[in-house]
Amino acid sequence: MSQPIIKIDNMNKWFGDFQVLKDINLEVEKNKKIVVCGPSGSGKSTLIRCINRLEEHQKGTIVVDGNELSENTKNIEAIRAEVGMVFQQFNLFPHLSILDNCTLAPIWVKKMPKKQAEELALDQLKKVQIDDQAHKFPGQLSGGQQQRCAIARALCMEPKIMLFDEPTSALDPEMIKEVLDAMVTLAKAGMTMIVVTHEMGFAKEVADEVIFMDEGMIVERAETKEFFANPKSDRTKLFLSQIL
Amino acid sequence: MISKNFTTNLYLGSFLILVSLIDVTLNSFFKLNFTNFLPGSISFFLPLILGTIGLYLIRSDYTGLKQLDILNKNVNTSNFNAVLTLLIIFLIIKAIPPSMSWMILDANISGDSREACTGTGACWTYIKVWFKRFMYGMYPNELHWRINAAFILVIVLGMAGLLATEKLKKYLALYYVIIYPIIAFLIIYYLISGGAFGLEWVETGAWGGLSLTFIVSFFCLIFCFPLGMIFALGRRSSLPTVRYISIGYIEFWRGVPLITVLFMSSVMFPMFLPEDFFMDKLVRVIIAITLFEAAYCAEVIRGGLQALPRGQYDAAKSLGMGYWKMHIFVILPQALKLVIPGIANTFLALVKDTPLIFVVGLAEIAGMLALAKTNPEWLGFAMEGYIFASIIFWIICYAMSKYSYNLEAKYKTER
Repeated sequence: MSQPIIKIDNMNKWFGDFQVLKDINLEVEKNKKIVVCGPSGSGKSTLIRCINRLEEHQKGTIVVDGNELSENTKNIEAIRAEVGMVFQQFNLFPHLSILDNCTLAPIWVKKMPKKQAEELALDQLKKVQIDDQAHKFPGQLSGGQQQRCAIARALCMEPKIMLFDEPTSALDPEMIKEVLDAMVTLAKAGMTMIVVTHEMGFAKEVADEVIFMDEGMIVERAETKEFFANPKSDRTKLFLSQIL
Repeated sequence: MISKNFTTNLYLGSFLILVSLIDVTLNSFFKLNFTNFLPGSISFFLPLILGTIGLYLIRSDYTGLKQLDILNKNVNTSNFNAVLTLLIIFLIIKAIPPSMSWMILDANISGDSREACTGTGACWTYIKVWFKRFMYGMYPNELHWRINAAFILVIVLGMAGLLATEKLKKYLALYYVIIYPIIAFLIIYYLISGGAFGLEWVETGAWGGLSLTFIVSFFCLIFCFPLGMIFALGRRSSLPTVRYISIGYIEFWRGVPLITVLFMSSVMFPMFLPEDFFMDKLVRVIIAITLFEAAYCAEVIRGGLQALPRGQYDAAKSLGMGYWKMHIFVILPQALKLVIPGIANTFLALVKDTPLIFVVGLAEIAGMLALAKTNPEWLGFAMEGYIFASIIFWIICYAMSKYSYNLEAKYKTER
């Protein structure tokens, strides 16, 4: 068994008095694809936002690629640069063109020469099939195109891990497929991925493991086939019966 | 659809409106009253009555006649609106002859002494004679070229940014925020103040008029903006010390009136300084106004920062950007774009606040006016002076607000 790239130990998080995450233990190995599902308010998004420290946890440890995340972490930016993230609301930078959205971080964070960054960006945009939109602004693109651009933008940092926070939840049904296709391609290329989603078709197709969360706890974690065929807890069974 | 009946109404209505307009015009321009066979009050209100009836007759739903539809839709929707419309038109017509005769027809501009003003109208001779004082204050006449040259140099350097090539563009912000103000200060200091390079020394007390308005506004504007930005960011900082210092600064300066700040800068401040330390009065005033306006700028900019969705911060952080990179490339460009109208507001207020420096003995254009109107040779022309100053201020402020609209349009991207 290889060394886990993400190791979460006994992690707890509170928003004020409200405990969102309770005793989370999670290990993710390199190149694994994990799908996290569960009802809304179960802490799925908070969990993956803790992995690149967009949220701070109060108890327990999170180790990402050998670096522990804590208040004393000096190089938090360096860790974030290795962990790509795609958001539900795309969060593209509306004042920059698609190409500039993709090259901004490589140029200023990774100190890549502009020309090289643009080549890389066009390459990534081509992979998600929006290289012909490179000089438009985010507001001129459809939701699906924007989300694919957001994936390309994250990939331009050449991350080791990709986090997806409900990437298709804000999209029209017909645009969901184009985004999922881009994610499947990425998964097949061997990226380590943690995906919060309600798209069970996607989970069945690419996930190695599925995690079911409820009320801030990991209720069940199983191999994909096992998860859908023989869910162990009643809560999982109920959830699956409603969603499938 | 236009029925035959309506056509009749249209002609009749138009005729009545025309009669009412002609009546008012003749009355105010030529003092003729062709309805004077009627009793006084009826004669007085007749145009209004005729016009209202006329507008009532031509009012209708969509007719297909473009001008008529525009008229009906915008000013003739009800009897009340029709009366208001007529009243405003009549007031304008009535106001033209007296103001025209005061400002132009009966006014004087020839000659160069008070005796030239013989008419009953305005005395523009006064403005003409004092023009140089209004522009340059007490600055010696033969040295005015130095002020002109300094302004031209500063403007040319300010436009240098337009010539920047793609490669130099990223240094533009640095140029405008740090290098340009320093160069501009040196130019103004050495050219207008003199005292070096063989130029005669002119103390700042002699500066004045419109050129002083420009100098004070210019330096306050370019310094208060970056300062305001720093305090806006400081107020949102997660470091308590930085945050509380920023809050304290902003609340202090917003809580005191500018006029007391100016008094303090000129009267109290020197008392706290060591004996041999000298800071020019004008410099102290510019610093005072800058610190004062920076607090307002900070709050305006903070409004823009608040308006940005949290997702923008998340996205920038998730790409590995630190605090400064995130703010410089992602947050501030968007926030500043949002606050252009608010910043323009603050800047306009700043320009219009500059006359207050009169209280510490610096006479910019409104201050020169106040001096000129008490000159025994030229008593009684305050009106002309204030109209002149209003026009000048209006031109400056209108240009600034136009420029802010242009900026808004320029940086508008689809959301």
